[in-house]
Amino acid sequence: MATGEGAPVLELREVAKSFGPVAALTSAGIRVDAGSIHALVGENGAGKSTLIKIVAGVHRRDAGDFLLGGEPVDFGSTAESKAAGVAVIYQEPTLFPDLSVTENIFMGRQPLGSGRRVDRRAMYAEAEGLFSRLGVHLDPRRPAEGLSIADQQIIEIAKAISLDARLLIMDEPTAALSGVEVDRLFAVARSLRDEGRALVFISHRFDEVFGLCDTVTVMRDGAYISTQRIDETSVDEMVALMVGREVGDLFPKTPASIGAPVLVVEGLSSAGVFHDVSFEVRAGEIVGLAGLVGAGRSEIARAVFGVDRYDSGSVRLKGDPVAPHSPRAAIRAGMAFIPEDRRKQGLVTDASVARNVAGVIRSSLSKAGFLTQKAESSAAGPWAGRLEVKTGALDMDAATMSGGNQQKVVIAKWLATKPSLLIIDEPTRGIDVGTKAEVHRLLSELAGEGLAILMISSELPEVLGMADRVLVVCEGQLTADIARDEATPEAVMRAATRTLEAQR
Amino acid sequence: MSETSTQREPSSVDTGTAPIVHPSSRSPMNRVLTTVVRSREIAIALALLLVIAATTVTTPSFLFSSNSWRDLLLTPAILILLAVGEAVVVITRNVDLSVGSTLAITAYLTGRLFVDQPGIPIVVVFLAGIVVGGALGLVNGLLVALGRVPALVITLGTLYIYRGLVLTWAGSNRINASDMPDGFLGLGTKTILSIPVLTIIAVVVLAVVGYFLYTSRSGRDMYAIGSDPEAAKLYGLKVRQRVVGAFVLSGALAGLSGVLYAARYGTISSGAGVGIELQAVGAVVIGGVAIFGGSGTVWGAAIGAVLLVTINRALPILGIQDFWQQAVVGALILGAIVLDRVLSARRSRKLIEARDAS
Repeated sequence: MATGEGAPVLELREVAKSFGPVAALTSAGIRVDAGSIHALVGENGAGKSTLIKIVAGVHRRDAGDFLLGGEPVDFGSTAESKAAGVAVIYQEPTLFPDLSVTENIFMGRQPLGSGRRVDRRAMYAEAEGLFSRLGVHLDPRRPAEGLSIADQQIIEIAKAISLDARLLIMDEPTAALSGVEVDRLFAVARSLRDEGRALVFISHRFDEVFGLCDTVTVMRDGAYISTQRIDETSVDEMVALMVGREVGDLFPKTPASIGAPVLVVEGLSSAGVFHDVSFEVRAGEIVGLAGLVGAGRSEIARAVFGVDRYDSGSVRLKGDPVAPHSPRAAIRAGMAFIPEDRRKQGLVTDASVARNVAGVIRSSLSKAGFLTQKAESSAAGPWAGRLEVKTGALDMDAATMSGGNQQKVVIAKWLATKPSLLIIDEPTRGIDVGTKAEVHRLLSELAGEGLAILMISSELPEVLGMADRVLVVCEGQLTADIARDEATPEAVMRAATRTLEAQR
Repeated sequence: MSETSTQREPSSVDTGTAPIVHPSSRSPMNRVLTTVVRSREIAIALALLLVIAATTVTTPSFLFSSNSWRDLLLTPAILILLAVGEAVVVITRNVDLSVGSTLAITAYLTGRLFVDQPGIPIVVVFLAGIVVGGALGLVNGLLVALGRVPALVITLGTLYIYRGLVLTWAGSNRINASDMPDGFLGLGTKTILSIPVLTIIAVVVLAVVGYFLYTSRSGRDMYAIGSDPEAAKLYGLKVRQRVVGAFVLSGALAGLSGVLYAARYGTISSGAGVGIELQAVGAVVIGGVAIFGGSGTVWGAAIGAVLLVTINRALPILGIQDFWQQAVVGALILGAIVLDRVLSARRSRKLIEARDAS
């Protein structure tokens, strides 16, 4: 598949990069050939994102070689890397919501007409051409606001193609995509490969890595570990290389004694979102909330916690009714809620770890209305320690941490409120294998201590492995309540699509 | 496109799903019309016409007296210039509160130049005002772009510093009409084809800046920066350069306004233009420029400026008390912001619905 002739499109050797006292990369490397889709895998915090950002010109390396098409390069800005034919699609697409999708594609290098004026007609025509080539139905004049993540990624890809990029890097592009959208993305990726471009694909989903890529490079702790052809390796081998140690049980659920009901939800309804939802979660129990994306799982959780309104029904915690539409009342009653989008909803990324952890218990920490940094740190210390958050110090900014560590900080933040119920939405999305197991072990441990846990997850193995009971949501209704020993992938999927089939 | 692209077969991806629908089925004419009719600019222009009509009905002399037509066009000229500069800054998700103080500095400079350098060509005075204003804007821009402090704070600081400069410089001095040549003062009231010269200057500046924002790469960059500064950085746009540029433009236009202020009013003290920066921000907001940047046009800001000035003139004529005059302006600004929120919420809901439907 690889052309084999000439220099590789991208070659990095012995690259090092530190942010203050934290070494993100020690001796990282990768070699990507033209006409190849190259997977870059590694645990969260292994340095993949940093490596990508060096190639993209966001960061400058401290040491090492960086060759593009055999030529040594040194990018000081993203504009330089773009000009050299590198296009990067970030995990979270970066578009300008106010501007049209066409302007988003061509921003900074619009086709110019006479007098160096932007030629809008040519721009729209070119955008339509790109869209029809990618097989998407998008009005080139519509604003980027409100686009689905999948369409936003298509815009990013259209951008890369219009740049005529020889190297296209995709950082976890499939994290938020549905099956069809993933297929479409892969079809596009393959056609780009066949045109002789080089692609780097970062993903935590091994089935995708094996389905799409031809070569794989493993990174660990900021260093290069190995590069192999995909058909000469296996998932087990890759996982072993990534973690550098034996991965124990991925879902280390330990049995816990189930106590009295903690959360009792009865007849919860919200017009158009969910209908007549009743369930309970007992002390020491992990209840999985499964279902297809968009079925209303997160919405139910948000209503229970009081973020969203509901029309009728009741929520009781340890027998006491919880006031609706008041997260404050929910917290006081003993609920903790860890949302899916931890960056936006769960973490103050500009603040220190200690401040984040101490955030929700501020009022109990303050002395006579004053809150000292010392009080924050001493409250945060034990929690961060218990969760093995890998940060230089508690005063490090949460924004600079990896996704797995961010998730741990969010969990620590809520544990500090000493809740009796923990609602956690997609606990391990975007988290690597090693950290995943740690998060699972932690949840299991917490249940063992008598915490009631309501866990929403799109990953079926996670639900089946962790939950004592699985509740399945389909189009806003609970369609099944399956006990642990009866929960099979087939049973859950059948319930998750039940009403869909009934309607057809 | 590079030369190598010709060697590649532009392969189409077969998604195996529905055939590709043509994205925009509406004719270009239809589209332009809908856009214009639905635009914010038209809405404010209608509000403006309504105010003029209502006032004229109760007091016909508002429109039909010897000087009233001229006043209607002349009074907003200075605020239009300030609002245009302010709009460009706000589009980049910044704000410039120092324009009133800048105006005072260049207005006083204008007077001083005529006093100290008798016979100085008027063109040189104009250039001096623009250059000094631009330099003050450059200071703002550099502080904002390099200091990474919100523009609100920086320009609040320079608002006082610039005002302090002119206070120190002018003291209790006052420059009077008699200190300035008639040819210059004439500009303040002269009309061409019954349109005041000041207004012509303002409209020409507006047209040039509007055209630049719509058609130049750097103009589009400014919208992008205001829409999402982080994304702009990742796109490799010259964020600092553009932000500094916006402030220089705002400063230069404030400088020009100072010169025009001298020509228009003939009397200049250190207190010239106190508080006018808030009117400029108000005009921009009323004109539909999102206060968090990324959308809106200078045309809207300019119409907003005319509306603000005209309402301020119309309300006393209609016999409305001082307090209520202020309150009406306040209500207008709040109304504009609420309208923005409602419209953008509706727009994003529609866009999301459209996505779900497809």
